[in-house]
Amino acid sequence: MPHTSSVPLFWRLKKSKYMMIGSKCQTCGSVFFPPRVICAKCRSRGKVADHQFTGRGVIESFTIIRAAPEGFENAAPYAVALIRLDEGTSISGQVVGSIEDVAAGKRVRPVFRRITQDGDDGLIHYGIKWEIDDGSAGTEA
Amino acid sequence: MTRVAIVGVGQTKFDEHWERSLRDLSTEAGAAALHDAKLGGEHVQALFVGNMSSGRFVGQEHMAALAADAAGLNPIPATRCEAACASGALAFASAYNAIKSGKYDIVVAAGAEKMTDLKGTDAIATLMGAGDQEWESAIGLTFTGLYALIARAHMQKYGTTREQMAMVSVNNHRNGVHNPYAQFRKEISIKDVLNSSMIADPLTLLDCSPITDGAAAVVLVSEKFAKNFPNPVWVLGVGQASDTLALHDRENITEMKATKAAAQAAYREAGLGPQDMNLAEVHDCFSINEIIAVEDLGFCRKGEGGKFVEQGSIAVGGKLPVNATGGLKSIGHPVGATGIRQIADIVRQLRGGLPEPIQVKGARRGIALNIGGSGATAVVTILGKE
Repeated sequence: MPHTSSVPLFWRLKKSKYMMIGSKCQTCGSVFFPPRVICAKCRSRGKVADHQFTGRGVIESFTIIRAAPEGFENAAPYAVALIRLDEGTSISGQVVGSIEDVAAGKRVRPVFRRITQDGDDGLIHYGIKWEIDDGSAGTEA
Repeated sequence: MTRVAIVGVGQTKFDEHWERSLRDLSTEAGAAALHDAKLGGEHVQALFVGNMSSGRFVGQEHMAALAADAAGLNPIPATRCEAACASGALAFASAYNAIKSGKYDIVVAAGAEKMTDLKGTDAIATLMGAGDQEWESAIGLTFTGLYALIARAHMQKYGTTREQMAMVSVNNHRNGVHNPYAQFRKEISIKDVLNSSMIADPLTLLDCSPITDGAAAVVLVSEKFAKNFPNPVWVLGVGQASDTLALHDRENITEMKATKAAAQAAYREAGLGPQDMNLAEVHDCFSINEIIAVEDLGFCRKGEGGKFVEQGSIAVGGKLPVNATGGLKSIGHPVGATGIRQIADIVRQLRGGLPEPIQVKGARRGIALNIGGSGATAVVTILGKE
């Protein structure tokens, strides 16, 4: 898949994919993650600037992917959740750890992980996944 | 503005056509529609073709030129329309608008997809191009996964059950047995659905529409030309709407705002409401989506779609027969062709003469809902006998 071999694609997303920097409209206060360059509410009246998200949130819905797409076959089964971030917006993300522990209503926090690899000698893609936030120190040292 | 009528419908069998190409399939469907209309190709003034991803499925872009060329329709304008799984209805809407504008009187709207040249994991990845590439596909989400998120949310919020979702697949397979164009003409039970392999919890294999090759076409004409045809079916309203590309950008994933907006526009144009419909063809790419569709089209209250199914309302002979010819589940889902196939099936219903178990008796009006992606595009079409 040519698009997953693209260095520029991942390079230009590094602030959002690696650091959870979204955007915020300075006019109406709406926050966006993934970031938007135009405020969907204010459009031309809006003024959008970078906004740091905490990445913490609550699982609203989830699934266990058992028939995986190309590049993810070896990871299946894995959990993907719809996460309502504390800032109010939602994002889709993989939840690490046992798939048995994933449930709606549980709090999660972000962790930096390998996402997939483009073949045996292609790019390795990293990014944010989530882990169940049980109040412990967590796995991010 | 002129009214628009459908005077011909045609399609290939929906199947795994290992020995037939995209070119073969689109040509067969177009020729069948023109034959049905008893119209020669020389009368066609424009062609619109719905196709999601010929580039990734078979490595062929420029799909509309290919279709016109293969059918011997050059030099008429040929336009490809793409809105993922709603590409077919988008081609139909484009053809409808082109006649409405007064520019053309006779237009063919077609849809085609050749999906089985790719291996399964590649097809899954290609279909995922309908979602958000950077933020959904990139983390390993699949389309079954997206609809699984929707299904679980609907279950949590409204108490919709696994069995109710299974009943959608059971209903559609029961109907598809009688459809000669259907890929899977076989009845299944609730138990079969629940016991089939898990694809993305809570959705199993038999909650999912299959991967299919196929094409469909319809011939549209302006009112002044419709008089030359014995049995025109009228297009009473067409609505199209958009929503966020990514599922996670929606406030509420248990409804589809694009469906509601498209339905409202189509009902308004037709001067009709849900109570005036005698049958519906809805986009059951996954069983949960038929439940959400009957809610968002206004056939029952929000959250009661599961109950609506359980009460047998969607069966032929029920309150509102849904997917009476088998739906995407049984007929198959060649993504770009589905929207046209749905419209062709409503035309067949309104003309009458389908096999007795799936003919909706006395049907005068029908509604079709074709959805792209996880609801980023919705097209609603209302057809009537007069």
